Amino acid sequence: MNDTDKPQPDPQPDRPEDSAGQTLTEPATEDRQQEERSRSVLREIVSGDAMAGVLAVFLAVFVGSVMIAATDEGVRETASYITARPSDFFTALWDAISGAYSAMFRGSVFNYLLTEPAQQWRPLTETLKFAGPLILGGLGVGLAFRASLFNIGGRGQMLVAGGAAGYVGFQFDLPTVVHLPLALIVAMVAGALWGGIAGLLKARTGAHEVIVTIMLNYVAYYLLFYALTKEWLLKTPGSVNPKSPPMKETAILPKVLGDQFNLHLGFIIALVAVGVAWWLLNRSTLGYRIRAVGENPHAARASGINVGMTYTIVMMIAGSLLGLAGANQVLGTVTSGVSLDLDASIGFDAITVALLGRSKPLGILAAGILFGALKAGGFTMQASENISVDLVLVVQSLIVLFLAAPPLVRAIFRLPAQEAK
Amino acid sequence: MSTVTTPTPESGGLAPDAAVTPAKGIGAKKLPIIFGVMTALLAVVLLRSSHAGDTTFQLAADTDFVTLPDIVVPSGPTAWVMVVLCLALTAEAVRRMLAHTRQPVWVPIAFAVAWMTGFLSWAAADERIRLVSLFAGAVALAIPLVFGALGGVLGERAGVVNIAIEGQLLFGAFAAAVTASLTGSPWAGLVAAMVAGALIALILGLFAITYFVDQVIVGVVLNVLVVGLTNFMFRQVLAPNSDTLNSPDRFSAMPIPILGDIPLIGPVLFRQTPLVYVLYVVVALVAYALYRTRWGLRVRAVGEHPKAADTVGIKVNRTRYRTILLAGAIAGMGGAYFSLVSVAGFNREMTGGAGYIALAAVIFGKWDPIRATLAALLFGFASNLQGVLSAIGSPVPSQFMLMLPYLVTIFAVAGLVGRSRPPAADGVPYRQQ
Repeated sequence: MNDTDKPQPDPQPDRPEDSAGQTLTEPATEDRQQEERSRSVLREIVSGDAMAGVLAVFLAVFVGSVMIAATDEGVRETASYITARPSDFFTALWDAISGAYSAMFRGSVFNYLLTEPAQQWRPLTETLKFAGPLILGGLGVGLAFRASLFNIGGRGQMLVAGGAAGYVGFQFDLPTVVHLPLALIVAMVAGALWGGIAGLLKARTGAHEVIVTIMLNYVAYYLLFYALTKEWLLKTPGSVNPKSPPMKETAILPKVLGDQFNLHLGFIIALVAVGVAWWLLNRSTLGYRIRAVGENPHAARASGINVGMTYTIVMMIAGSLLGLAGANQVLGTVTSGVSLDLDASIGFDAITVALLGRSKPLGILAAGILFGALKAGGFTMQASENISVDLVLVVQSLIVLFLAAPPLVRAIFRLPAQEAK
Repeated sequence: MSTVTTPTPESGGLAPDAAVTPAKGIGAKKLPIIFGVMTALLAVVLLRSSHAGDTTFQLAADTDFVTLPDIVVPSGPTAWVMVVLCLALTAEAVRRMLAHTRQPVWVPIAFAVAWMTGFLSWAAADERIRLVSLFAGAVALAIPLVFGALGGVLGERAGVVNIAIEGQLLFGAFAAAVTASLTGSPWAGLVAAMVAGALIALILGLFAITYFVDQVIVGVVLNVLVVGLTNFMFRQVLAPNSDTLNSPDRFSAMPIPILGDIPLIGPVLFRQTPLVYVLYVVVALVAYALYRTRWGLRVRAVGEHPKAADTVGIKVNRTRYRTILLAGAIAGMGGAYFSLVSVAGFNREMTGGAGYIALAAVIFGKWDPIRATLAALLFGFASNLQGVLSAIGSPVPSQFMLMLPYLVTIFAVAGLVGRSRPPAADGVPYRQQ
């Protein structure tokens, strides 16, 4: 059956996916070609991945709506006399769901309740602020995916890197031009070393990276915890809380749209990282190796690629990207000091971002912005509608689940099955 | 390698891919090396800060039938005697390595006991170590780990990687708290926890078995889903109605009449909550069923070589579904520990990564129910020891003790502490041709 999933015996990792098949088709008459093409476009729309993606989002949002409705006081009250006055029930239902989603929109894109344009668009900058580390983390996880490595260690890599960046950020006295770059570089190095452990162990001993990265998450957590209890490392002198002093002004990522917006340089760094990752994957020798190893390590090895070395390098790059995400948190979003929750669950969100973005840099950019919007909107929804922000987590994970199983989505909507390629 | 019919290991599975990354053999030298390092570590610790004074080991519980006397030892000298003992055992291991004979199982056990005694008498100088509460607490803390690990072992022996143990524990804890509050019976809560765990397993099966989605991805996403779902329900429903929905009766300790009166063993093993006795039964049943029944043979066949199993008429995917549903129910029972034993009631993310330690126990226990149970007990002991030591103000930072299970697992999968080999078809979906 599914031959496409199996690695090809002859690896051509950068095979041009669209053009190769078409040039080989027999030349038919103009009309028939036209007809065939339009039919295949139609078929592509209803059966293709894009439709499945849209429907996955739709399904997830629908489940989210059911959860909102089921836990809403007004809905439950009116449901008890639904047969007597169904209109009350539907009004309450509409109020609950539309209230939640309009609050999300106000919190993530455009707040139509305000009058001043700058304030109206402020939510969009919040979205981008949240998107920055999600994109960086998503790139880290996605890059590893391309080498068929599953990097669940985002949390650990962020914690170690965030701790290192924080150490540089408040222990050193340096001018901004040196201090900020130094803190960022230290974070990247720390993340790279932490991520590299998993790559190296896989390369040298065959230890599965999923297990190693999960365990390293906890090791990193307790290491950071330890560092936060020692004054010569990260602890605030005289404090009992495991928290470091605030960052020095010279190490903080500057705001890009002036002080009235929270959007800081981290988002720009994420954009640059998207470009670099795209170039790395699609234009560089290393990227070719990464994709070759990801498609079929046996064939890559036979054609002279050092598979173990590639595993190690790709995990180091992934770790450095998550390291940047950690630095982004410590030096940009929460500059009041390093704490144990500095990763703000971005390490795990990054997995869903990478999966939604299909491990492609531009896809990850889009997915990161979408999830950033969900996050920003979720907080507004919690504040104004009193609906827990955790709903976002549910919607997010449902999107990925449905997206991972297009046949399931097709079955639910009774769409035609995708043609076997 | 029979990769002709099954998809290649890269497509899923946690199996170390031997063909791509050949393992460097560490072989039989491991045990002496580990012994040597551990002994040296203990000696260095003793040299750097030696304590004067006595260490008291209290053997008796407060309400013993026969009261054992306390053992009082001078802490420095005792620790050094244990170092010498450890050295002797290391020498024995080296001798066996040079003679190319097998290392019998008593050597590591004796080493562990000697090392631990030395370490405790150093760490607890001038203090009293209550051995009964140390071990009884370890058993209690290990409950969710053992249940989770058993669920993990069963699933993976059938060829389904279960990263979602954490989610099953958390959802089990949630369901147990709500049901026990509504019905007033913790036993009903336990049943609900089993159903909840099986429900997560059903979703895992739907995606991983029926739709061939990468099992690790499904597991990770399910964990996030359960965290989101329970946090949401906690904030929206449980917190405002905590009187009716989140105030269950706890399982209380239930001493077993005669067994509970045995000195040392009785209070540790038989003065626990009913959940622990359920655990004993489940461990025995799983171990027996997996190795001694036709059902167990089929489960293992499906996990090792699904194609062959299919050829002889075993329904591969049906067997996998049944096994992971059972595994989910067992893991779910572990969840009940959090909201019905440890504390009364559910709280946000209250499992705190226990599912991942259970996963570690599965691997450290080499996918075997008994070994995984022992690994889980060891991890429970490590975390209880940490609590005891920080209570008496030990010089070892608690964070390093808490780190231990995870570090041990990394060493285990890297092949430094015994080679871990998962079932051959672990994580590989089966497509009938």
